[in-house]
Amino acid sequence: MSELSAGAIRRKPLVVQYPSLLIFLGCLALFTVAVTVLSEGFGIGVISTSFVKTLGKTLCLCLVALAMDLVWGYCGILSLGHMAFFGIGGYAIGMWLMYARTELIVIESLANQALPPTAQEISDGIATQIFGVVGASEFPPIWAFSHSLTLQLLAVILVPGLLALVFGWLAFRSRVTGVYLSILTQAMTLALSLYLFQNDSGLRGNNGLSGLQNLPGLGDVPQSVVSVWFLWASALALGLGYLACVAIVSGKFGSVIRAIRDDEARVRFLGYPVEAYKLFIFTFTAILAGIAGALYYPQAGIINPAEIAPIASIYLAVWVAIGGRGRLYGAVIGAAFVSLLSTWFTGGQAPDVNLGFYTIEWVNWWTVLLGLSFVAVTLFAPKGIGGLFDLITAKRSPDRHGADLGPDAGALREKEAET
Amino acid sequence: MSALLEVSGVSVSFDGFKAINNLSFQIGNQELRAVIGPNGAGKTTFMDIITGKTKPDEGRVVWGDKSQSLLAMSESKIAQAGVGRKFQRPTVFEDQSVSENLMLALKKSRNPFSVLRFKASAEDAVRVEELASEIGLSGALTRKAGELSHGQKQWLEIGMLLAQDPKLLLVDEPAAGMTPSEREHTTDLLVEAAKTRAVVVVEHDMEFVRRLDCKVTVLHEGSVLAEGSIDHVTSDDKVIEVYLGR
Ligand SMILES: Nc1ncnc2c1ncn2[C@@H]1O[C@H](COP(=O)(O)OP(=O)(O)OP(=O)(O)O)[C@@H](O)[C@H]1O
Ligand SMILES: [Mg+2]
Repeated sequence: MSELSAGAIRRKPLVVQYPSLLIFLGCLALFTVAVTVLSEGFGIGVISTSFVKTLGKTLCLCLVALAMDLVWGYCGILSLGHMAFFGIGGYAIGMWLMYARTELIVIESLANQALPPTAQEISDGIATQIFGVVGASEFPPIWAFSHSLTLQLLAVILVPGLLALVFGWLAFRSRVTGVYLSILTQAMTLALSLYLFQNDSGLRGNNGLSGLQNLPGLGDVPQSVVSVWFLWASALALGLGYLACVAIVSGKFGSVIRAIRDDEARVRFLGYPVEAYKLFIFTFTAILAGIAGALYYPQAGIINPAEIAPIASIYLAVWVAIGGRGRLYGAVIGAAFVSLLSTWFTGGQAPDVNLGFYTIEWVNWWTVLLGLSFVAVTLFAPKGIGGLFDLITAKRSPDRHGADLGPDAGALREKEAET
Repeated sequence: MSALLEVSGVSVSFDGFKAINNLSFQIGNQELRAVIGPNGAGKTTFMDIITGKTKPDEGRVVWGDKSQSLLAMSESKIAQAGVGRKFQRPTVFEDQSVSENLMLALKKSRNPFSVLRFKASAEDAVRVEELASEIGLSGALTRKAGELSHGQKQWLEIGMLLAQDPKLLLVDEPAAGMTPSEREHTTDLLVEAAKTRAVVVVEHDMEFVRRLDCKVTVLHEGSVLAEGSIDHVTSDDKVIEVYLGR
């Protein structure tokens, strides 16, 4: 047995197997340091605090895109509901942020009374403050744990995880695949958002949760500093998330899920319980999405049910497709590129184009441009932006006369594959 | 000889068309069996039933010493119980390398959590190398399966079957698209495999079947038409009429 081929079979250290891992983590670290140095809070103040927040939020979107790539690009499950998990993560942390900060405000305002306020008075005060907008003055049961940061942080992981586990179990057990599964996930996120829109959902209806940028007890710390903290936290989460995803996809587990993506029936005949693998990936990525959301919304400052609208999850799939499905850095690049570009266009910074007879205002036309780019990428550059790296490494697509790499709906297409 | 697999009185119809009609079949622990029959006789459907892909309308499929019914089991459970299958059209994982394909098939725990922790040991690597040389793909371990020729894919799939180390091997037209010398090699492999397990080979090519030198079951319109040695069945009038006499 030759050294060389034995090495090819046995598992090598992650970084050797995945050279892009080191490059990615290096770039991420460099980016974080650079932003910190240029920030108002910790550095020379070249970058505004609001832009630091935009960058921090972008890192969170990269994390949820990573999750999407794992579930769709690697396992072939085109979930169009992952932004629901992202939103749930945001709501879970938002409840604590809102509760704890309102509690401080109420205690302060009651401090001047002759008698020290009772616990009931404080609780009522908080409830009136938070739920006044929806005409309620009592805590709905869903807020039972909102006083505890630990419990709400647990909820960030457990609620998306359990929802995905139950939903996935029902769907995969009945062998729902392909388009039907996508529709089902859209229905899930739509139902959730419609439910949250109701005033009696207990989560303030269409007002959502707000003021999330203010960290309870840290009122004196300026946003310029808080924004950099969140950037660090987001970068750390993205780095760890990337590491976890690489660990999953690089080994035999990755081999199994890619096999499921291309031909799940064949995987079953090898004795693998396909449903269990799908459920694992679906749940794991839902948790990743939840964590990403929990870091995103404190930087956004506000979350409302519109964030969970079905279109959000479709955008997520578009980012991953534009970045390049089935390669982790592709998802990250796609999410960063498209969401930053989107911020630029919709923020009114992009100069309008005057055609004489018509003026293209990018605020309105950006979505059209995005849609067209999506179509163009799908048709002409299926490897997405990530495919550019194949030009450097001189990797080619196989010549299969148009045949996909497997019979399943999620299977890689000829032009997405590498020889 | 106790039976490893016993199929009795099985029927399946698709939209009223009886693809399998009251079929009964038995195979012992270390037996090689050829199944022949004209196109549409129900050979592939027969394998679908054993492997859990198609649930029969009636009948029993009983497996192993403990006489388990396979009908209540999922495809993956049946495979784990020791039924391996090679498909009529070669189905390998085209986007993955030859060694990844073999490693996937290697007899190991199929549980997601143990797969997550799995690290190929030196023995595993050696086993994959052995299998690769057995199927003539030693030089192609790092190549993607999609780049292989039709015949090589057939080989790879046979290699995956051997890697699975099943108690019962179901092989659907293994020699299609192979050169005569490759066919000979396939026969040798199958005969060798049948020394330690049961092997059912579906094949059209009479020469191939003759070389297997084993008991032959002739299927026709979903049921057994004749069974016995190759000389016995080829001299059977009914068989000559429906199959050989064309
Ligand atoms: N899923 C299905 N739906 C409808 N009809 C089916 C289905 N599967 C098989 N059949 C029919 O059942 C009959 C038996 O098919 P089967 O594939 O088992 O034949 P076979 O003996 O393997 O033939 P071949 O030698 O061509 O491979 C055929 O007439 C086929 O059309
Ligand atoms: Mg057939």
